[in-house]
Amino acid sequence: MIAIVNYKAGNLTSVQLAFDHLKVPCEITSDPARILAADRVVFPGVGSAGAAMQSIRALGLDETLRTVVQKGMPFLGICLGTQIIFDSLEEDGGVQGLGIIPGTVRRFMPDNPRDKVPQIGWNTVTWSRPHPLFEGIAKGSEFYFVHSYYPAPASGAVILGETEYAGVRFASVVGLNNLAATQFHPEKSGRIGLRLLENFCRWKPI
Amino acid sequence: MSLISIMPCLDMKNGRVVKGIHFTDLKEAGDPVEHAAFYEREGADELAMLDIAATLENRKTRLEWVRNVSAAIRIPLTVGGGIASLQDMEEVIAAGASKVSMNSAAVKDPELVRQAAAMFGSEKVTVAVDARRNPALPSGFELVVSGGTRPVGQDAVAWARQCQDLGAGVILPTSMDGDGTKAGYDLEFTRAISAAVSVPVVASGGAGTLEHFYDAVVQGGARILLAASVFHFRILAIRQVKEYLRQRGLSVRLEG
Repeated sequence: MIAIVNYKAGNLTSVQLAFDHLKVPCEITSDPARILAADRVVFPGVGSAGAAMQSIRALGLDETLRTVVQKGMPFLGICLGTQIIFDSLEEDGGVQGLGIIPGTVRRFMPDNPRDKVPQIGWNTVTWSRPHPLFEGIAKGSEFYFVHSYYPAPASGAVILGETEYAGVRFASVVGLNNLAATQFHPEKSGRIGLRLLENFCRWKPI
Repeated sequence: MSLISIMPCLDMKNGRVVKGIHFTDLKEAGDPVEHAAFYEREGADELAMLDIAATLENRKTRLEWVRNVSAAIRIPLTVGGGIASLQDMEEVIAAGASKVSMNSAAVKDPELVRQAAAMFGSEKVTVAVDARRNPALPSGFELVVSGGTRPVGQDAVAWARQCQDLGAGVILPTSMDGDGTKAGYDLEFTRAISAAVSVPVVASGGAGTLEHFYDAVVQGGARILLAASVFHFRILAIRQVKEYLRQRGLSVRLEG
């Protein structure tokens, strides 16, 4: 069973529909006990970081998520879920994240007015190193992004994939042990995104 | 730079696709799921579905097809037409839509844009801006509503800017002078909007040839290109458009 963490940050329907499509059992839940009892945890989210963190704390999910990562359960962050695992976010005048991965989340500040913010669209992801999540997916494949902020990890060692936008080359996939997290939306990235989710379902972190 | 996106648009009426794709391997001519899946297979980067006869009574029907299409495809879906309230948006998003497009309702009550952005996030909120030429207004474009039939007396470009400031994450300009003519996107209007806002712009209305798509990017400043008739009537295939854009030096997604 995959637990899709519900912390009232946007709609989780499309994530659930993708796992339904793969015929992998999943449930949307805010219950720490259900999350800790799952085989794998997906941490999605869209919308405002400040409101999201408030909701996570109110539901007591900050501790739960740290425990999930410490226990070695396969963990996949998506979009805002990915941003929240860092120390701090520039959004909403500064938001403290979960601090699972050292680093910050910064806003795109394009010099060229043709670079629109948010980035809404497909972009290329270059794998920085092999990872079980990328099996069968070519380096330089395209994924669907929706975001105004991007992860800036303190150490390059956690970067699994990179993407260029608005004059920056940013970490679009990060990972550490049993945790992997994408800035893009695999659930909206066609056949290739589905493959990444399928790989996640099979992933056995060491 | 993100890649150029091709966004076919399906017109919906009472739960059926109207002006459907003309080809033979569809089991049922008006089935929205079959049309959506076909476009995804053909390489569509996003899909738009526009309820052209939205009424209170058919709201339930709408949620049904949004749900069915969302379950069938793995690309973003924008739903528009008759979106009048936060509740409409909430339902459509819960049914699986990635973005909701507002038009007349936003003009009537601009606060709705702000509330929608606060509630669902800017990235979910598209505002469609319909206009016609009118030299009496500063930009030369006048905002129109009700499917282009009613001029509002307001500057369309200033309105687009206001929508962005209220929190709209995407602007979808359509010029009533060019829509459905296949004479090309209204480049002047698209460019005026692109220059006025810093959020992504969807070019819409009038695409008929390969060059039209290219021009919308290079001259119009759009990164997302919406088209209906040209794909419905199989005048062009999506993949053909993307290959053409790539040949001319633009970045598109050819996998998927």
